[in-house]
Amino acid sequence: MRKIKEFIIEKLILLCGVASIIFVVLILLFLLNEGLSLFKDIGPYEFVSGKKWYPISEPPQLGILPLICGSLLVTLGAAIISIPIGVACAVYIAEVAPSWIKDILKAGIELLAAIPSVVLGFIGMVTLSPLIKSVFNLPTGLTALSGSIMLAFMAMPTIVSIAEDALYAVPKSYKEGAFALGATHWQTIWRVILPAASPGILAAVMLGIGRVIGETMAVMMITGNAAKIPDGFLQPVRTLTATIAAEMGEAVVGSEHYFALFAIGLILFIISFIINLTADLFLHRKERR
Amino acid sequence: MKNSKTTQKIAFFFLLLATLLIILPVGLIVVIIVVKGLPAISWSFIFDMPKDGMRAGGIWPAIVGTICLVAGAVLFALLIGVMAAIYLSEYARDNLLTRIIKLAIVNLSGVPSVIFGLFGLSLFVVFLKFGSSIIAGSLTLGIMVLPIIIAASRVALESVPHSFREVSLSLGASKWQTIRHIVLPNAIPGIMTGTILEIGRAAGETAPILFTVAAFYLPHLPGSIFDQAMALPYHLYVISTQVPNVDEKIRYGTALVLLILVLFVNLVAIIVRSKFRKKKKW
Amino acid sequence: MVKFDVRNLSVRFGAFNALKGITIRVNANEILAIIGPSNSGKTTFLRTLNRMNELERAAIMSGTVELDGTPINAISAEALRKRVGMVFALPLPLPLSIFDNAAYGIRMHGGKSKQAVREAVEKALKQAYIWDEVKDRLGESAFKLSGGQQQRLCIARTLAVEPEVILFDEPCSGLDPISTAAIEEAMLKLKSVYTIVLVTNNVKQAARVGDRTAFFLMGDMVEIDKTDKIFTAPSDKRTGDYIMGKFG
Repeated sequence: MRKIKEFIIEKLILLCGVASIIFVVLILLFLLNEGLSLFKDIGPYEFVSGKKWYPISEPPQLGILPLICGSLLVTLGAAIISIPIGVACAVYIAEVAPSWIKDILKAGIELLAAIPSVVLGFIGMVTLSPLIKSVFNLPTGLTALSGSIMLAFMAMPTIVSIAEDALYAVPKSYKEGAFALGATHWQTIWRVILPAASPGILAAVMLGIGRVIGETMAVMMITGNAAKIPDGFLQPVRTLTATIAAEMGEAVVGSEHYFALFAIGLILFIISFIINLTADLFLHRKERR
Repeated sequence: MKNSKTTQKIAFFFLLLATLLIILPVGLIVVIIVVKGLPAISWSFIFDMPKDGMRAGGIWPAIVGTICLVAGAVLFALLIGVMAAIYLSEYARDNLLTRIIKLAIVNLSGVPSVIFGLFGLSLFVVFLKFGSSIIAGSLTLGIMVLPIIIAASRVALESVPHSFREVSLSLGASKWQTIRHIVLPNAIPGIMTGTILEIGRAAGETAPILFTVAAFYLPHLPGSIFDQAMALPYHLYVISTQVPNVDEKIRYGTALVLLILVLFVNLVAIIVRSKFRKKKKW
Repeated sequence: MVKFDVRNLSVRFGAFNALKGITIRVNANEILAIIGPSNSGKTTFLRTLNRMNELERAAIMSGTVELDGTPINAISAEALRKRVGMVFALPLPLPLSIFDNAAYGIRMHGGKSKQAVREAVEKALKQAYIWDEVKDRLGESAFKLSGGQQQRLCIARTLAVEPEVILFDEPCSGLDPISTAAIEEAMLKLKSVYTIVLVTNNVKQAARVGDRTAFFLMGDMVEIDKTDKIFTAPSDKRTGDYIMGKFG
């Protein structure tokens, strides 16, 4: 009797063990099933390169180039802001800060990570976008730039904490060796520690960017959601994620519009898959060796 | 030599500047929300139904909805997540299956939250015909938090000393008995910490519940798990972007309640962690 | 009467040959002491007898081991370990109360009333000479005991499941002389009921308690004989050298 019970439990454990695989496959299957239905009506190339996104006009025009540009622009901006600041902050915490300040800073970073994205979006709407509106004298403060700043902020916890781990993982002997040769602390950081930690920092940056591409609520609230190809950072844009979030509620199940949103989801899924896989390779490079 | 000292000073100054650029806004955000939100907080704001198209009244159904959603999600994820972690730490061998499982977990943890929303919509709402409901939203959120719960549980299980397992097995206990009576009880603090942190994250997520459960405006409490419900983060989104002329106080108040909820949960996790660390016996 | 019949036993961990064709008989109700320098395969031998080596994934075993004439692989690992108990080198109490530690094995095997468990625990604690020290604090955490008390509790925990054989793996390695003496006294009492295999780094301990002594060196068994004979007139020069402290 006990044997049978344990046999069942162990099979259950195995089932739960492979649950993650099941879920990933299910997600992919459902995205494929709904997303690929779109391509009965329009070609994939037309979909990706089409410059007009008018999903509820008759007939609907479903070109996601403006959305791709919006996502790229916002992500690029966020990367430019968050990578240097995030890595510098990680270096400061890992190498420079005295230990009591370190604890405060880490708590601050954790606090930032804990703030829900919709709250950050709200704060961005009421503080950041009026500021940008008045500084640049724009008709609206809901622009790609506002989105980039907000997203950079949201990528920080990821970048800082993973980069910090990578810096800590550098063997102490490297540092001591450099000191023994008479290098200053900064020279040691710049010439020895940073290069040694670079794979981990690269992974941190990639995971941070992955977070930015996938982020939805804050961008939707703050970028203005205009589905046209932007000329610069001071214009409203609409990202891939925001499009799904904003329109799925109204799309009729089974319509072209519905399938198109799933096709966008499929693209995002593949992008995140590639980013996570590569970052994981960087993070675990040492173990494999 | 003097030159390199100067370089170091300048470099460290910029490092500090970068750090302040992150930390100061965080503090500022919290202060703004607290200062502007606090006047809105009152007994009736928290425990009343919203009125006048959400321009007045309270946020009680949104709070209840969020609690229901998160409870369901964490229950679901905990059940599968702990078992999956047991598989990985106690049973899995270093083979292809294990590598694929780990890959799947990494991938699942990186999937954008809005994709979980799409998945939940197509599987639970449409395919399984749950409709837009608490159960659909809970399962969707549950799958989203699953990878972190697995990771936290695995660390907790693997931190239980190997020798405990050996002793238990050497006394003739079976593998499952060893897990059930020795490994799991000693891993529970770690599992709890990880889980509570995920409660905070699940409570603040909006994108996965957009199309699976969230009701725009529903001034009564849900009656069953197959009902739609309001949720706090979605409510904040709605009153700040979809409904014109909402008193700013209500928006800030809602943001503050959500923030307090999330930070409170995090605080609980930190307390649990430090308490059990002190009590740790080995 | 032969308890364990080990023939041509070899154990390999990956590329490392831990045991190279050992043949030994362990008699019922004797204390067989196994001495030898570290890494000579003593512990590996011990852990083969209750199939604990199988927990190491890289372990590969050949040869036969029989308990009362039955190959140990024909017995389930749980049933075998119930019959062949083990005391580890370090005191390893489980993170439970003193009582629950002693009762752990019995509870896992099930089928005993609360009263029976209580009686078995008391009996085992008395056999391990620790009852008087813990009888008033059975509910306390086992980690509150001293090292020597912990080790005696571990012995009681093994005794409580009423095995036939007890394997001691350097049980006194971290203990003070008084605790060591208490444990040795317990062993000498226990051999009327149990068969004992004692692995020890302490040559004098083998001389004090062993009926027979085996000398292991680098995965081979150099010789096995009555303890008196080993210590007074060993047939192999290396045995004598090791006992005299010339190497090890």
